[in-house]
Amino acid sequence: MSDEIGKPYPRRDGRAKVTGEAVYSYEWPVPGILYGVLVTSNLAKGRITAVDSAAAEREPGVIAVLTPFNAMKLPGGAKPADTGDRVVQVLQDDQILYSNQPVAVAIADTFERALHAAAQVRVSAQALPFTVRMADELHAAFPHDIRTSAGSQPADQLRGDVEAALRRAEHKVEADYETPPETHNPLEPHATLAVWSGDRLTLYDATQGIFGVRKKLAKAFALPPGNVRVITKYVGGGFGCKGSAWSHVVIAALAAKQLGRPVKIALTRPQMFGIVGGRPQTQQKISAAADKDGRLIALRHETVSTTSRFDDFIEPAALVSRHQYQCENIETKHRLVRLDIGTPTYMRAPGESSGSFALESAIDELAHELGIDPIDFRLKNYAETDPIEGKPFSSKSLRRCYELGAERFGWQKRTRRPELVLRAGKLVGTGMATAAYPANYTKASAIARMNPDGTVLVQSGAVDIGGGTYTVMAQVAAETLGVPYEKVKFDLGDTEMPEAPRSGGSITAASVASAVEAACRALRQKLDAMGERPRKPVEALGEVAPSEERKKYALHSFGAQFAEVEVDPDLGMVRVTRLVGAFAAGRILNASLARSQFMGGMVWGIGMALHEHSVYDEKLGRIMTRDLADYHVPSHKDVVIVDPIFIPVEKDDVVDPAGVKGIGEIGITGAAAAIGNAVFNATGKRVRALPITPDKLL
Amino acid sequence: MRLFTFQRAANVDEAVASGAGAAFLAGGTNLVDLMKIEVLNPERVLDVSRLDLAKIELREGALQIGALASNTAVAEHAEVMRAAPGLSQALLSGASPQLRNAATVGGNLLQRTRCAYYRDLGTRCNKREPNSGCDAMEGWTRMHAVLGVSDKCIAAHPSDMCVALYALEAMVRVRGPAGERDIPIGELHLLPGDHPEREFSLRPAELITGVRVPIDALAARSRYVKVRDRQSYAFALASCAAAVQVEGGAIRAARFALGGVGTKPWRVPEAERSMQGRPPTRETFARAAEIALRGAVPRRDNAFKVELAKRTAVRALMLSAGAPS
Ligand SMILES: Cc1cc2nc3c(=O)[nH]c(=O)nc-3n(C[C@H](O)[C@H](O)[C@H](O)COP(=O)(O)OP(=O)(O)OC[C@H]3O[C@@H](n4cnc5c(N)ncnc54)[C@H](O)[C@@H]3O)c2cc1C
Ligand code: SF4
Repeated sequence: MSDEIGKPYPRRDGRAKVTGEAVYSYEWPVPGILYGVLVTSNLAKGRITAVDSAAAEREPGVIAVLTPFNAMKLPGGAKPADTGDRVVQVLQDDQILYSNQPVAVAIADTFERALHAAAQVRVSAQALPFTVRMADELHAAFPHDIRTSAGSQPADQLRGDVEAALRRAEHKVEADYETPPETHNPLEPHATLAVWSGDRLTLYDATQGIFGVRKKLAKAFALPPGNVRVITKYVGGGFGCKGSAWSHVVIAALAAKQLGRPVKIALTRPQMFGIVGGRPQTQQKISAAADKDGRLIALRHETVSTTSRFDDFIEPAALVSRHQYQCENIETKHRLVRLDIGTPTYMRAPGESSGSFALESAIDELAHELGIDPIDFRLKNYAETDPIEGKPFSSKSLRRCYELGAERFGWQKRTRRPELVLRAGKLVGTGMATAAYPANYTKASAIARMNPDGTVLVQSGAVDIGGGTYTVMAQVAAETLGVPYEKVKFDLGDTEMPEAPRSGGSITAASVASAVEAACRALRQKLDAMGERPRKPVEALGEVAPSEERKKYALHSFGAQFAEVEVDPDLGMVRVTRLVGAFAAGRILNASLARSQFMGGMVWGIGMALHEHSVYDEKLGRIMTRDLADYHVPSHKDVVIVDPIFIPVEKDDVVDPAGVKGIGEIGITGAAAAIGNAVFNATGKRVRALPITPDKLL
Repeated sequence: MRLFTFQRAANVDEAVASGAGAAFLAGGTNLVDLMKIEVLNPERVLDVSRLDLAKIELREGALQIGALASNTAVAEHAEVMRAAPGLSQALLSGASPQLRNAATVGGNLLQRTRCAYYRDLGTRCNKREPNSGCDAMEGWTRMHAVLGVSDKCIAAHPSDMCVALYALEAMVRVRGPAGERDIPIGELHLLPGDHPEREFSLRPAELITGVRVPIDALAARSRYVKVRDRQSYAFALASCAAAVQVEGGAIRAARFALGGVGTKPWRVPEAERSMQGRPPTRETFARAAEIALRGAVPRRDNAFKVELAKRTAVRALMLSAGAPS
């Protein structure tokens, strides 16, 4: 009963998922359902002049083809519902703004027939000039404020005099780093199922945030939010792309309304590339300098990332440099360029993953230039307080992470200079990097109910995107109420439940756990006041919100990543033979699920370092790597030893009432840099543009 | 997918008799994939997957491999591993275990290119639609060929198995309305030339019944090296099947075929001859590789393949010769 928190309970949804019992959004049994398949544009930019759907409509089972010319007008329009909401393309006008944009939807009585019908639709359009090349638009790069789960922050920041420090520096590194556009590919593609009953809409949607979806749909159809119900019981991976309600969600609701029947739409794998975001490309320039004792005296991190013509998403890649190391002179700048592409979005550790690749590579370069061990160099520049704002950290166990990780990895045995260390004909190298991610927390609510039979039901309108929310919240409730874990059921994923934030920015565990604790504490008080076992259900609501106190601190999780690689000296193939990550992230709610989260992030780090790249055909403005044969993520053979370790309880009374820092994203941060640094150690070659493919090492 | 008629052939004769105008279905890992995205649209699909053509045996100095033997069965066959290890290695370097279990030798021989444009109906492709143009040419060419290209098509041949079979000088046995014939593997695949839509030298209704791999001292030395963007489950950037026989410190016979870089599996007789009588050294092999890549036509994204293919060839030749690298 006590000490439930932290125990390695297996995932409560695990069995249902592996046996196929789990009902995902697309599979919700609804009688009379119609299947929609999007028709997407081949052109990157243009105006639709005609849509010929005659052939498609003649096919058996086809009900309709909705196009900009016959789709109903949305009563509330297609504009975003708030600043965090994305601009969508929902058959309301004739504009083509990027390749693969939805331009029509074919509706039929089976999925196969809808898919075939969609392929028969012919779209005529007048082509307009476009570019998907960052270089073409760099001249028009503009500063843009940063919006993250932690709120809004300025694009630029300057402390001290970076220029002067660089000028007098004895040791410096000035280098350009690049990360390519990448695309999320959760196994479950985006899917939504829309059912109308009069002016009430129910959506079963594969989303990370049901309340955001409700808000958007209520706005589009000019309904009070209460008329829209969103249900999400299982999500087959989100990683950020399911953080927003994209075009297909509105189109499904629109088609269902117009046709007077329930409609569901799932994106095909190729449709994942462009319509529903992706990590934007970045170009980052780092200028870093140290004095002869190895103290960082200047750090400048300038980053440019891409967004669409019609919406602003910024990858805050230079944020990491505002917090990572002690330095008197720090400057960071964020710029955006507009291209004729679909709007990018949050992708696991947006900013911190791409930004840490640049910063942590540059730090490695500087340590090498100084002839100092990379850990020693980082320790010399350890930030005891936030380097820009001077605030104390609510908790920071990075030193311990370096120690634990180095010991586990065997860092002491490393040779510093890149030398040709051969093992079975392969060059072997090691590298490390710092990992860090903000400890986000926001308002959330939950309700707890004690039943007369002693069972407990706790509910919150959060979602479980695979991280283990169902499981850990039951643990938190059991411990807070002092009842056995088995007696507690935690339910989620319904807008009829108390509101919880979108599952993004590693925010759910911290926020919802705090709300669950609050609800359970309130319930405990009620029960204690009653004195005896209740004869009817007793409920209590818990609501939490960030305190003023929190603002006085810098709040982050930290970690250290260590990589060992083998590189074929002639053929350039890289294999990450070992990855060790040591993390400190507040109180760990479930040791087994936490390990999975860290591990998943680290594996993605291998993909970021070596594989992932959404390759554009610049002439067509189209992503050509649109399936999982061409868009590479690590295969089993690419993942050899991935070994995350963590501090079970990093005490933190400030971060949030539950003392939890999110762990969904930190695992990827620093990983690509550690691998790149190991490749340098093995080969003497510094690859500054990801992914590190064989051709770059020839 | 378009509507089609499905038939199942009871035996080889029936398959050949009703094969005209139909697509033979074996493992389906390539055909069905392409039908789903409406790149291949046969009106008739003739299932040959249950025909009695899955035998693998060593007979008359050759490995006789039935067209319906699975890629896994061939790769893991004891005689294959012993007598032609390069073939086993090539197969194991391809696709994934699940795919190899389903994929057959016949289907692997005729698998279509992985050119991303060929698979994308939103682009122009001469192979898919004759004379419509080729968007790959000025586009993303990283996975494309540098050898055997034409101004109509630069698609790389994708198979690993075929590269090994070519180095082993395999014969492909086919049965058609006019009877049985053997096609040297080097003549099965056509260069794109002016007609990239013509991919194979098979005649209408010809069914592949098997492959014959001559077994000799050279085959026993065969090795396969594949370079790719990840450790598994990726098509070759460059690959090489090599077989080198050394006697008294000199190369007696040597063959090598390249994959990932040609519009078909690639061999250059002059390059192979250049090694004859020479010591099995890096220099000898590098010279042969140099000759093999003469005439390469690199493009922006695949220029690296010229150097990579040379190094891959040298590695495979060294391994086959047992030379220290
Ligand atoms: C994701 C993915 C990755 C892959 N990676 C690789 C790789 O790395 N290396 C590699 O080499 N391959 C790879 N492959 C391709 C794989 O090897 C082929 O799909 C497989 O070998 C085809 O065999 P099949 O029996 O399934 O052929 P099918 O799909 O049944 O047929 C393919 C073609 O051959 C014809 N055909 C089949 N049998 C006969 C016959 N007996 N006579 C005449 N015609 C016939 C069919 O009509 C069709 O045109 C990959 C495939 C996929 C999907
Ligand atoms: S290279 Fe060949 S297969 Fe690819 S698009 Fe061009 S013509 Fe088609």
